[in-house]
Amino acid sequence: MFGYYLDLALHGLKRNRALTALMVLAIALGIGASMTTLTVLHVLAGDPLPGRSGSLYYPQIDPRDSLGYVPGKTEPLDQLSWIDGMNLLQARRADRQALMTGGNVAIQPDHSTLDPFYESARYTTVDFFAMFGVPFKYGHAWGEADDAAHARVAVISSQLNDKLFGGGDSTGKPLRLSGAMFRVVGVIGDWNPNPHFYDLNRKSYNENEGVYLPLSTSQDLGMTHDGGVDCWGNGGGGNTPDHNSPCVWLQFWVQLDSPAKVAAYEAFLVGYSRQQKELGRFGRPPNIKLRDVMQWLDYNQVVPDDVRLQNGLAFGFLLVCLVNTVGLMLAKFLRRSGELGVRRALGASKRSLFAQLLIEAGVVGLVGGIGGLLLALVGLWLVRRQPASYAALAHLDPTMLLATFLLALGASLLAGLLPAWRACQIAPALQLKSN
Amino acid sequence: MELRPILSTLRRHKFTAWLLVLEIALTCAIVCNAVFLISQRLHRMDLPSGIAERELVQIQLGHIGKNPDAKAQTETDLAALRQIAGVKQAGLTEELPFSFGGSSNSGLMLEPRQQQPTVTVSQYMGQNILPTLGLRLVAGRDFQPGEYVDLDIALAALKTGDTKGLPQSMIVTRALADRLWPGKAPLGQTAYVGKGIPLRVIGVVESLARPNMLNKGPQYTVVWPIHMTSADGADYVLRTAPQDRAAVLEAAVAKLKQIDPNRVVLVKRTYDQARREFFANDRAMAGILVGVIVALLTVTALGIVGLASFWVGQRRRSIGVRRALGATRGDILRYFQTENFLLATLGIVLGMVLAYGINLFLMLHYELPRLPGIYLPVGALVLWAIGQLAVLGPALRAAAVPPVVATRSV
Repeated sequence: MFGYYLDLALHGLKRNRALTALMVLAIALGIGASMTTLTVLHVLAGDPLPGRSGSLYYPQIDPRDSLGYVPGKTEPLDQLSWIDGMNLLQARRADRQALMTGGNVAIQPDHSTLDPFYESARYTTVDFFAMFGVPFKYGHAWGEADDAAHARVAVISSQLNDKLFGGGDSTGKPLRLSGAMFRVVGVIGDWNPNPHFYDLNRKSYNENEGVYLPLSTSQDLGMTHDGGVDCWGNGGGGNTPDHNSPCVWLQFWVQLDSPAKVAAYEAFLVGYSRQQKELGRFGRPPNIKLRDVMQWLDYNQVVPDDVRLQNGLAFGFLLVCLVNTVGLMLAKFLRRSGELGVRRALGASKRSLFAQLLIEAGVVGLVGGIGGLLLALVGLWLVRRQPASYAALAHLDPTMLLATFLLALGASLLAGLLPAWRACQIAPALQLKSN
Repeated sequence: MELRPILSTLRRHKFTAWLLVLEIALTCAIVCNAVFLISQRLHRMDLPSGIAERELVQIQLGHIGKNPDAKAQTETDLAALRQIAGVKQAGLTEELPFSFGGSSNSGLMLEPRQQQPTVTVSQYMGQNILPTLGLRLVAGRDFQPGEYVDLDIALAALKTGDTKGLPQSMIVTRALADRLWPGKAPLGQTAYVGKGIPLRVIGVVESLARPNMLNKGPQYTVVWPIHMTSADGADYVLRTAPQDRAAVLEAAVAKLKQIDPNRVVLVKRTYDQARREFFANDRAMAGILVGVIVALLTVTALGIVGLASFWVGQRRRSIGVRRALGATRGDILRYFQTENFLLATLGIVLGMVLAYGINLFLMLHYELPRLPGIYLPVGALVLWAIGQLAVLGPALRAAAVPPVVATRSV
């Protein structure tokens, strides 16, 4: 039966080429626009560390004085001060924990063909690599002893390794960073979490550090900090706050493997805040949050407003295209009242007519979907040419490819539903008579 | 023109007619809001910065390792930069209006122990800021040499609470003065930062925009008499004639490298470039919105053409009858035009309500002002025009139907 209906549908579509073309065009335009923006949204709102993000948490505490505090409403600070960061790190209450901040280091290559240049860096502690599951191409992470000894060791990205060492195994080689000699201990493999969840103070997307080195070492050498600094009271000024100033500028991530551990860690943070208030360091009652990766991204509204707006706009456009298609399909089906009447009179049930018309709508949807896919590819190409930092990430993946066709088919069937139902309500005798 | 026959025909094609109305309404609502969004973007891109935009170049240096004598080096650098042919002014600033690269902000209060700051201002610090950026003083004066404090001394003073090491005065923009002391003379007034550190207004500049966070008030800025060095992260800014900018930029970079080769040039650009980069996303968004508007109007127009053609085809016989009964071609043409006008009007009315609804939603989620009333009549005119244009073709075909059709059976 399906084959016969398909044949009828194709025949029907050929009958009025202009109308058919209009419908296909409308569906293709709507699908193309909405799939372009949906793909961008899908990429930007994605999970940066699938499989791991569920057990990674970002503790927030509130060390400020009581000025401006509204209980239950004021969010704790987004980062930690040096003292609190060190206290939480050394408490070791989580399965893994890493304290970190961003910065820039000057790289002075030994061979004279390359001028000195700046590279973004991450100053962190040893658990960073194991906790985030960072793969290594050569070598390995530095050890706990290196953190304690303020060792001059560095892990570099494979891009930087290509640039400096021609892509070879550079472990053990010397590297001059901001005037000090370091030893390369590891080269990171293909690792590019997007969004850049662990520090959203710089760019949220496509922000790859080239150099990773121990936090303790970076502080010894006075390496420049780059990122957000939030101060309260009389703190302020300078992008590299000293360790005693009332400013937050460090990020702290913990790994907690079970709900019980999460609850215990929350209790620990409350206890810590209370203790610090008694000591007179905190001016507020315990005000803490413990968000996991996706909650943290959501709280920071990391997906740009413009992208959401474009997505809304595209779906509005798709809606108009659909209404348009409903109208055109209705026109097309009603125009064939005569033919449908004959089929009814010859014994076709309403149901089979309905099926035949829906298949016709589905064919329009499929052809429109192919057109929409082509338009979405063009659209994504245009998005990649945009100046935004996330632009380069806009690529169609298999999920979205499938989604394109499902959306196109679903939309056209939805658009065909009412017209097909209307066309089936024709009384066969009336149609035969008028002809 | 008699409306009753049109209305009674439409009543028989309720479903199709409502679809057309709905399509026009949706298009009208989206287009009104999209045009409004474009105008918002254009307005943002057009904000005044208050500085001599076409005369400035900017150089940011990265220092390798700690520099024990950053102050002396900055003085040497500035003196050398002033020697370059074409340089009118040379200075140092931590930030520039509408540009990426961070900003320094603080809460300004009218009382020393206020619960919440009155406004969040962005503060400009550096050296020689007013003459270099070309700011226009409208009241008071620029800082005198004795008023300046070095950044490291100010930071140390903050920690010890010693007010002597802190700046005592500031220069504010006119917009900020109007916000803090409406109707009063701002000169001599005092505002507070941090834990109640007083700063007295000694000058008012006409305009100076902040680097980013424009939603906090693009003109809420102050200049503090705090000296910074290039090693603190401040940028060299040179003022020159517009046509000399490229040459001055090259000469300045060469000069700075020659003074101390152990530095990396992080940023070198004209201010025009900085501003263009800052608004690049807005420009792209405006472009996308224009694209959406064009596509929407096209799809709607094509939909009207399609449906009108269908109606014309369906009513060939009745058109023939009307023609045979004496209706002129003009009557038939006007019939379809009026029909489209009625449907478009209904769609536009619904669309206006929908447009306000969408606007309310956007206001809630995207810091957008209310849709100005002027968009509605303009939107209505556009949609009427498009409807009439789209229906013209099918209506002309209808008018061409000969009366003899009435006598044929099909």
